[in-house]
Amino acid sequence: MPTDLASVYRAEYGRCVATLTRLLGDISLAEEAVQDAFTIAVQKWAELPPNPGAWIVTTARNRAIDRIRRESTREARHVQALLLHRGDDEPEEVGPVRDDQLRLIFTCCHPSLSPLAQTALTLRLLGGLEVPQIARAYLVPEATISQRIVRAKKKIRDARIPYRVPTEAELPARLPPVLTVLYLIFNEGYTASRGELVRADLCREALRLARELASLMPDEPEVLGLLALLLLSEARRPARVGPSGELVTLAEQDRSLWDRAMIAEGHAIVRECLRRNRPGPYQIQAAINAVHTDGPTTDWRQVLALYDQLLQFTPTPIVALNRAVAVAEVHGPEAALAVVEELELPGYHLLPATKAELLVRLGRVDAARAAYAEAVALAGNDAERAFLQKRLAELS
Amino acid sequence: MRFMLAVQNDWSVPLPTGAEWDESVARVEVVNDDMRAQGVWVFGGGLTDPDTATVVRIESGAVTMTDGPFIETKEQLGGFWVIDVADRAEALEWARRCAEACAAPIEVRSFDELSQG
Amino acid sequence: MNYLLSVINDESVQLSDAEFQEMLARTGAINDEMKEQGVWVFAGGLRPPETATVVRARDGAVTTTDGPFVETKEHLAGFWVIEVADLDAALAWAEKATTACRAPIEVRPFDGLA
Repeated sequence: MPTDLASVYRAEYGRCVATLTRLLGDISLAEEAVQDAFTIAVQKWAELPPNPGAWIVTTARNRAIDRIRRESTREARHVQALLLHRGDDEPEEVGPVRDDQLRLIFTCCHPSLSPLAQTALTLRLLGGLEVPQIARAYLVPEATISQRIVRAKKKIRDARIPYRVPTEAELPARLPPVLTVLYLIFNEGYTASRGELVRADLCREALRLARELASLMPDEPEVLGLLALLLLSEARRPARVGPSGELVTLAEQDRSLWDRAMIAEGHAIVRECLRRNRPGPYQIQAAINAVHTDGPTTDWRQVLALYDQLLQFTPTPIVALNRAVAVAEVHGPEAALAVVEELELPGYHLLPATKAELLVRLGRVDAARAAYAEAVALAGNDAERAFLQKRLAELS
Repeated sequence: MRFMLAVQNDWSVPLPTGAEWDESVARVEVVNDDMRAQGVWVFGGGLTDPDTATVVRIESGAVTMTDGPFIETKEQLGGFWVIDVADRAEALEWARRCAEACAAPIEVRSFDELSQG
Repeated sequence: MNYLLSVINDESVQLSDAEFQEMLARTGAINDEMKEQGVWVFAGGLRPPETATVVRARDGAVTTTDGPFVETKEHLAGFWVIEVADLDAALAWAEKATTACRAPIEVRPFDGLA
């Protein structure tokens, strides 16, 4: 039973908060009510009801009404919001509504909120993660995360950030922050900026939310592109870390450890995106990952062509650096080194690390050693640092 | 002549609550009523916490948004009046009453000639 | 819901007369559009901050000092007060305002109007 309840909580928490936010007109009230309902569920459920989400929503709504009646200090507008939604057209048994999750995700990722607040709110409200988990993932004090969440909820309420899905015309500006937040959550899990290399819980949560978003917005190619990118990265996660927690490069990965089903799903989405022919940065990154996971070796010419295309969408030094790796495979290390030496990425360990790899291939050992030492000093997580130290040691 | 009487609140100090808050609201209401009675009142309003601000700007052709007020200072605009009076001396006298009612400094600034209504 | 759209000027940026006239035309057009759509509540441009006076009253004693409350490179140059449904609508007007003024716009909700 507790295991069942935990999985219901994980699957339904965000949906229920989303629906209750619409019914109550206030996020904090919605959270309290959903938590109350789960507390009651722990006591009452001898076995799972047929539709646990609907049970939680109905119970939460009733509890919220009781609570508001009891606490007369609550602001009148909350009561009004609640009463507004108690019309005859409202069915008694209200299950989680899919559109509500979209509303909530766009509200959490509203561009007027700071990036950290967007991420923290999304993980808290839609992922049901607790503040200490979020704080651990982002290596900031718990007080910082709870303060950001409180402030963001206050801003949503006081500045009246609307609780609705943006219109078609607004989507070009409003969808990117949502995709960025999901991508950052995944990336933080995939390459934790400090400490251990992978935080599987964050990867899984980002993938779950991307899947939800894709099923809610099946006509947005970039949403599909993000889902495919996360699937193709997640599929390789088991092979990315060696037995003692060290990083294993793509070329050295044991491909039998890859998740074949996820790769097949990712490839199918990439093909679907190609057919739609409305490319964007996430779709191109997904396509690059599709090439990497297609067959026993990578077709680097295709990867380079995709990076050329990606660079047009996102002309950033990080993309240029990743492209340089493909340049090395297609045109040789000399050409790639010329590209890398033009780049400026202060504090980013992968710039000297890439430079070092190229210098090794060119036989310039002393310069390579210096570049590796620089990369070791900048590396944030233990596995990557260990990997770079090993490479450096091999040169001595 | 139109003037802006801007209330400079110290937002690091929590707002008063309960009876203290009610009293300050009542004091401000008296000033509002007097301004209206004397025909000088043009506009007046109180703002929410500066944390609820958003700055919108254009950077290399694209609109960007940032969370929070433009200048991160302890004191921030808490609200303001716009009054229409004969001269600066009269504006300063109203500012004195506003400063007493709000228990906060008031910055008095005149509007440019295009904004004289 | 009422919002304050503050125009934040950087005093190191000096407009020529012609540029200033063009900006007036652009902001005038926004005023007209706001009035047409019934969202305009108030708008005004302020004289420079050095013309400001700060009045303090403490324990019955009143002091006045010349100059603005805070000395900063950026300052409030003028503002709009608008009445719209929600923050998204206010931000859409702020986008027009920042385009017209070529200056950052701070959007803040009112708690209430007197």
